[in-house]
Amino acid sequence: MALSTSSAITLNINGEKHALPVDHRTTLLDALRERLDLTGTKKGCDQGQCGACTVLIDGRRAVSCLQLAVAAEGREITTIEGVADGETLHPVQQAFLDLDGYQCGYCTPGQICSALAVIEEHAAGWPSAASADVRPEAGIPPLTPEEIRERMSGNLCRCGAYVSIVQAVARAAAAHGAGSTPGIETQGVETRESETPGSEVGPAGTAGAEVTA
Amino acid sequence: MKEFGYQRALDVPGAVALLGADPEARCLGGGTNLVDLMKAGVERPGLLIDVRELPLDGIEFTEDGGLRIGATVTNSDLAAHPDVRRRYPALAQAVLAGASGQLRNMATVGGNLLQRTRCGYFTNLARPCNKRVPGSGCPAIEGEHHNHAILGASAHCVAVHPSDMAVALAAFDAVVHYETADGPGELPFAEFYLPVGDTPHQETALPAGALITGISLPPLPVAASSRYRKVRERASYAFAIGSVAAALDVRDGVVRDVRLALGAVASRPWRALAAERVLIGKPAGADAFAAAADAELAAAEALPHNGYKVTLMRNLIVAQLTELAEETAR
Amino acid sequence: MTTTTTEATAVRKAVGTAHTRVEGLAKVTGAARYAGEIPFAELAHGWLVVSTIARGRIRSVESGPVLAMPGVLTVLHHGNAPRVDTDYVGMLGVPPDPTCAVFQHDRVPSLGWPVALVVAETSEQAREAAEALVVHYDQEPHDIDFAGGHPDAYPLDGHLPAVAEKGDLEAELTASAVVLDAEYTTPEEHHNPMEPHAATARWDGGRLEVVDSNQGATWVVGELAKLFSLDPSAVRVRSEHVGGGFGSKGVRAHQVAAVMAATVLQRPVRVVLTRRQMFSLAGYRSPTSQRVRLGADADGRLRALEHRALSLTSTVHEFIEPSAAVARVMYDADAHHTTNTVVRLDVPTPTFMRAPGEAPGSFALEAALDELAEKCGIDPIELRLRNEPEQGPVSGLPFSSRNLRACFEEGARRFGWADRDPRPGLRRDGRWLLGTGTAAASFGAGAAPSTAVLTAEADGTFTVRIAAADIGTGARTALTLVAADALEVPPERIRVRIGDSDFGPAMIAGGSMGTRSWSWAVMAAAKELRERLALGADLPPEGITVRSDTTAAIGALAQKERHSFGAQFAEVAVDVATGEVRVRRMLGVFAAGRIVNPLTARNQFVGGMIWGISMALHEEAARDRASGGHVGADLAGYHVATHADVPLVEADWVDDPDPDDPVGIKGIGEIGIVGAAAAVANAVWHATGVRHRHLPIRPDRVLQAGTGRGSVGERDAGHRR
Repeated sequence: MALSTSSAITLNINGEKHALPVDHRTTLLDALRERLDLTGTKKGCDQGQCGACTVLIDGRRAVSCLQLAVAAEGREITTIEGVADGETLHPVQQAFLDLDGYQCGYCTPGQICSALAVIEEHAAGWPSAASADVRPEAGIPPLTPEEIRERMSGNLCRCGAYVSIVQAVARAAAAHGAGSTPGIETQGVETRESETPGSEVGPAGTAGAEVTA
Repeated sequence: MKEFGYQRALDVPGAVALLGADPEARCLGGGTNLVDLMKAGVERPGLLIDVRELPLDGIEFTEDGGLRIGATVTNSDLAAHPDVRRRYPALAQAVLAGASGQLRNMATVGGNLLQRTRCGYFTNLARPCNKRVPGSGCPAIEGEHHNHAILGASAHCVAVHPSDMAVALAAFDAVVHYETADGPGELPFAEFYLPVGDTPHQETALPAGALITGISLPPLPVAASSRYRKVRERASYAFAIGSVAAALDVRDGVVRDVRLALGAVASRPWRALAAERVLIGKPAGADAFAAAADAELAAAEALPHNGYKVTLMRNLIVAQLTELAEETAR
Repeated sequence: MTTTTTEATAVRKAVGTAHTRVEGLAKVTGAARYAGEIPFAELAHGWLVVSTIARGRIRSVESGPVLAMPGVLTVLHHGNAPRVDTDYVGMLGVPPDPTCAVFQHDRVPSLGWPVALVVAETSEQAREAAEALVVHYDQEPHDIDFAGGHPDAYPLDGHLPAVAEKGDLEAELTASAVVLDAEYTTPEEHHNPMEPHAATARWDGGRLEVVDSNQGATWVVGELAKLFSLDPSAVRVRSEHVGGGFGSKGVRAHQVAAVMAATVLQRPVRVVLTRRQMFSLAGYRSPTSQRVRLGADADGRLRALEHRALSLTSTVHEFIEPSAAVARVMYDADAHHTTNTVVRLDVPTPTFMRAPGEAPGSFALEAALDELAEKCGIDPIELRLRNEPEQGPVSGLPFSSRNLRACFEEGARRFGWADRDPRPGLRRDGRWLLGTGTAAASFGAGAAPSTAVLTAEADGTFTVRIAAADIGTGARTALTLVAADALEVPPERIRVRIGDSDFGPAMIAGGSMGTRSWSWAVMAAAKELRERLALGADLPPEGITVRSDTTAAIGALAQKERHSFGAQFAEVAVDVATGEVRVRRMLGVFAAGRIVNPLTARNQFVGGMIWGISMALHEEAARDRASGGHVGADLAGYHVATHADVPLVEADWVDDPDPDDPVGIKGIGEIGIVGAAAAVANAVWHATGVRHRHLPIRPDRVLQAGTGRGSVGERDAGHRR
């Protein structure tokens, strides 16, 4: 007997159920973009190599390009369209907006979904490759810029908005109580033309403010 | 990608039955490697058996005081687990050094073991590849091979295994457990991956139709003092060009116990037994560490563009052991 | 309507004040729709099939079996595709790259050449059918070997002349107290915008409409109209949000293929490039081989400067990476010779990529200056300041403004340059050797004719319509601020609509000229509108609309050396035991005209500098000699810098308004990358004592060079090809 190569499934996305037939080959990413008109989730590489398609599945970040839609049935999916609370932006979104944590905007939904998870993962005590000591006795490392950079490294930004993205994540994390480095969020954002004083890179041989703090 | 059937397995016997009934069936865990290879046309299964909901997602102590890690435990959960971080810190570090937060949330332990190589010829259907099409040739030997094997390769294949996790498991003498229609079985890590020889397409000793159910780690006191270090061409989210998992126990200045495994140098995670033999009972120090590295790398065979790896691995081994020796001396 | 004059006094100047992006809400909520995301009824999906050989002829395309596959609607190839006309010169003054004129003949000039388009009802069906399509070739031997001194190299004028010479080079070199002669190479680099190229084409009431991701709707309309022999008014191109371009998003194979399929099928067809296809179809930066010879007096004053650069192009189209031209702006010398040459090989055609010429050229020249400074025993900044020209070194033209000295002074102060010990290999932090480096930057400042439409709406708001493209530059926001100041109203009363060719001809987002060119047109329209409003007539319900055209004003600009300048600083850490290099901090200070929006401008400068980090340490497309194609043509095989590679990078600027621009703008899109890779490479030397003249500075190169005095050449470092 020939196996069926398609299934009628129900996807739970942003708290809403969507019933749809899918070709088993359909990824969650393509189901979102081409079937459900949820185009906020972006396709950058379709190979798990850029992070633009990041969504939350059962509360954890995942790349939707390598997630088959049929295998996502029964799981709770949150996309960028479900991050804000109605008209009120999530603090992560607001920080990206205020601190210019993007340029072209194409990697942005993935960066934001990833940032949401980074803050949760850190709060849950997960170490990262940037953590000096992963043993539980070492405690949770503070969410320094270096920790944020490592944890966000699965999200490429070709425009090179990394500096302001890290500042945005730090600001949102601090608001979330993650105790990030004070002052990092304002680094490099202010201008001579605006009221705030200019920040400066420290003299040679000393670490930048972000490292010492 | 060609069309395929999909079945969600709810228990191990069910999964094994499905797997045994269809030679074109493949298990779907996180899909981070399999789905990618299906898109590339390298993998063309007729049936995917979704094993994510199998009750294999636990991490538990074994009777002998080791750890048993279920096959569907995600990389993230493995790296976050307090007992893994406490008793086998290099394993947690190795997992955290791999891929990205997103991919670690998806990827499973069982799938990680079965990752295919990232050799650019393997994933390009327009080029020959003995691993993909046995007998078709290996263009990497004359072509782009700067991240290819220096140990245990053959004239048929010089690809390297991409897993970080498996390097730590190799160092710690893990055992792979599986289930077949004929019942359960197990393979010590040293026997799990097959030598390349003239059959690079046969990568593991898993019997046909076997489902990996988990791995177990022996109680290994030396593993509590272990580290994983990975070198790559960018600071994160890249495969290794060389890595070392090392565990070291030094007492009174003498090496009492040591575990050493190397990544990105061979078709499989490379347990450095020759180096370990040199070290046991020797005074911990630069001379012994260099001698150990040289002993392991004496068998290295470089291609025109990957000779740097011999230097890299020698330096990494020495640096890693030195760091651990300083730590344990404290 | 209320007049604007009473309000104007209360209006703060918008230009020069930080403003968040006007489309920011749409971008952070996922509401912003990019080209492949606009829904169309009856949409069909096209998937390109590209050649697997680097040279030869297509013997046959076996469409039959594929046409029988589920959902497949058509297979277009050279045997059945509509004909197009390529005998024209486009908006940028060059004929089209035949790579875009798909399916016109059976020749295959490079690997990855488009040979067919499979169209199906769903993308899954199109993909599977495209993968199943069998194409038979008659293969011919190919040549992709690129190296300095190639016998077939020839000088070629591109957007800059091939050759500029003054003085007797050999005589001045002979008379020099210090001579440097070094070769530098940069690899093949790819734009890799995060959004893959995507286009949907359809016929709508006799008009061709294309929803596309591009850097200029006017540009794409012009090319498509010419290719398909249509009146430009019969073509409309829309491109509201663009996920990055960096020079790669002009007319490409996918738009042309989509138009062909929409024409044949008479329904909307979408074609999206895969990431892998982008490596052969989206253009790239040619590898370069550059030789720099410098001769100086003992005090560092240049007597001789020679820069010869070689790049490659395809056999079907001439494009040159003019790396040697940057010296014509930067430094004076008694004898000054610069030459750009190119060689034709069996590879895809390269194209403009962020700072074409300046990016690789400044790596070689600014690294060479650093080496000369070492030889002369002079501080690298001081050496540059001693060779500051009074006028164009070769042209003799005056500079519109040149504030490089101010950039170095401000940058050196903030970076702490004065405390730097110039000797290499002395600083250590654990396993890391530390070093600092600097480099100068310049990039041309230009403007091109554009039109803008400006409407005073009956409700007191204003609408700007201009065929501008915001590819992440913040242009939409910048134009809002420019219009607000020009009309003396708050930015909230300005609505800017862009990315639609129906708004009239406008410059592309390219050459760092977009925002300046468009702002000029907006200023001109605002001036006329204010004059109309000043007449005091009541606004009709449809408002009052004016249209500007800056062709005459820009044509009247006097000939000058017009450039932005900058000073780059980097600190790196190098582990010579593993070859790892990390940038620890970076500072760029720029003199780049009036800064319209400090928030987005800083981001863009920093982004360019991060491209410099990426170029210095990571980026390299490896080509396989046997096949002529890439190995690892994806974002795992081609590394761009990710978060962990990027430290706190800071950018700032000195006051430098362009005296001849209505707003004072020069353009900032490209200068951030210029000199950045050289600053990193110079810092690696300062850390280790080794000159790395070949990019990227990979771990294997660092490892093999160690801390030995000298440099890493191709032979000892193992070039990848």
